[in-house]
Amino acid sequence: MTGPEVVTQRKAAVSVRGLTKTFGEGEYAVTALDAVEVDIRENEFFTLLGPSGCGKTTLLRLIAGFELPTHGVIALEGRDISALPPHRRPINTVFQSYALFPHMTVAENIGFGLRMLGKPAAEIRQTTERMLALVQLEAMAGRRTDQLSGGQQQRVALARALAPAPKVLLLDEPLAALDLKLRKNMQLELKSLQAETGITFVFVTHDQEEALTMSDRIAVMKSGRILQIGSPRDIYDRPTHRFVADFIGDINILDGTIESLDNGIASVRLKDGTAVLAQPGTATAARPGAASIAIRPENVRLAQAGETPTVSGTVENVVYFGAATNLHIRLATGEQMVIRNPGAVEEGRYRPGATIGAVLPPELIRVLE
Amino acid sequence: MSKQDDTVALAAALEHNRRRERLTRFWLLAPALLIILAISILPLGITVVYSFLTPGTYGGVTWEFSTDSYVQFLFQRDIFDDTLVFNSAYLSIFLRSIGLALGATIGALILGFPTAYFIATKPREQRNLWLFLITLPFWTNLLIRTYAMLLIIRDEGIINLVLMKSGILSSPLAILYTDTAVFIGLIYSFLPFMVLPIYASLEKIDFSLVEAGYDLYANRLKVLFHVIVPLAKPGLVAGGILVFIPALGAYITPELLGGGKKLMIGNMIAMQFGASRNWPFGSAAALILMALVVIVLLVNALATGREARGNG
Repeated sequence: MTGPEVVTQRKAAVSVRGLTKTFGEGEYAVTALDAVEVDIRENEFFTLLGPSGCGKTTLLRLIAGFELPTHGVIALEGRDISALPPHRRPINTVFQSYALFPHMTVAENIGFGLRMLGKPAAEIRQTTERMLALVQLEAMAGRRTDQLSGGQQQRVALARALAPAPKVLLLDEPLAALDLKLRKNMQLELKSLQAETGITFVFVTHDQEEALTMSDRIAVMKSGRILQIGSPRDIYDRPTHRFVADFIGDINILDGTIESLDNGIASVRLKDGTAVLAQPGTATAARPGAASIAIRPENVRLAQAGETPTVSGTVENVVYFGAATNLHIRLATGEQMVIRNPGAVEEGRYRPGATIGAVLPPELIRVLE
Repeated sequence: MSKQDDTVALAAALEHNRRRERLTRFWLLAPALLIILAISILPLGITVVYSFLTPGTYGGVTWEFSTDSYVQFLFQRDIFDDTLVFNSAYLSIFLRSIGLALGATIGALILGFPTAYFIATKPREQRNLWLFLITLPFWTNLLIRTYAMLLIIRDEGIINLVLMKSGILSSPLAILYTDTAVFIGLIYSFLPFMVLPIYASLEKIDFSLVEAGYDLYANRLKVLFHVIVPLAKPGLVAGGILVFIPALGAYITPELLGGGKKLMIGNMIAMQFGASRNWPFGSAAALILMALVVIVLLVNALATGREARGNG
């Protein structure tokens, strides 16, 4: 396969260029990945986030080598590995189902990769012991894998994939099968394991909270494309696409029209004629014409006495969560807006039907693509 | 009524119930027990009894206890001085049979494993068709199929015809009535018994285990021997047993393809009940064959048992 020259940024572990994967042929062809471009940096915890069917697992399987690309190039530290079979890529995978070998003990599972690489027995034993200690399973070395709990199997799968010291570790929704409490623990453990080993982690999940908690950077995917790549803060605070904004956390989205652009700040007229200032995340989003603006519920503030509200509406619902209270209001545009923690809310202060004004700080409003 | 009387009455009632339950269970089991007795234990009992009797002059048995049948298996009584001389004739038939059955088992394994793997890796909706094709030969009687095989491998058969017409050979390959013919026939007859259990265990293998193997630096061959074969072991063992046991006792195949010259145990036993008119010796030989089979099964049970304990 001859691809374009792979130009990578310094310290890129995995570089993906124009990666397309099509399954099936003719009218039944399904495009799982559509010209994906991404640079995964060395030693980072990189997450592919998206709903099922968005292509995140396909991208992972292409990096692992289980599938071959239809077009495009995958490079590892600048070297094109697109055509290499999985056993010749210094990349290991933690499978969603763990895929532990049932006919081997825990120790044999962990040592498998090194054994296949033809390492000397002493080295295999040493590394296996180190890995067992790393995942705190020293006592389980001689057990069969079916005698372990889900969390323990998860750890064995991790140790097995880490033992050959891969350049990149791929994790395919490894926490999906664990119960909530165990999952929270494993999230932190994974994160510290990544810091400890210094190995580049590429993590696939559909759980936005998990992605925000663990990642250095997140790529949000939809329909075979990467929409936005950025730090958890970038993704949450500065979403570029309507899909990204909607997929991660709660957000208020209002429709309007971009009327003018001044110094990168857009003036957007809402459906009821109100003009608001907002930040376009991308060039496409800044184009004049129909646009959507978004603001997180926690960034909306109630107008104080004497203050001019940005928008006003009627209270429809007051939803109490314990740690927070959500105020649902119906705006004059007919759209709904949620305000989280609208100041000190003593019981019964906002009743359904009351008219209130809200302030939307311009620096916290995003124009979406 | 005192409290103690109550307890006694209750205990009696419970005991009565329990007895009635046991009786019901016995009657429910009775038909099954009867069938097992009639088709399994009774014929076996008759065989055991006959093996310790004296052969009748025109077949059948005379009711006179004798261990001669078992002695005859290994020794020959000298007609002049009545001493026992070691005779390897029957033993060698047994050893030959074991050798042929083992060979057929290995041959069936070599052909059956790739076949089963091929089917197991086909898309699910195609697999049933392939399995149907595997079982198709069973629709025809074994005797007919063996005759067909005879037609294929004989001197004027298809194989030799093609080889000679194409000029590869000048004289026909003499396959028929040799050990090779019996060997080919045994593999052909029992191959499906190898394919089906191997398929069953291959089909159950989680394919992500194979991917895990590739991911952990194993090439195709290493994945085959370190992942697939160990996981398919129950099927391999079952297939081995299912081919070895019927091959060991095969009758039709050596009779037709071996031309009756190359005897296997099955033919020898049949002969004792026919031309040789020695029913007790035939019974004894059948029991020795059964003992062999039991030993094979025991070894297997012990091996898997040890493995299971290793797991546990």
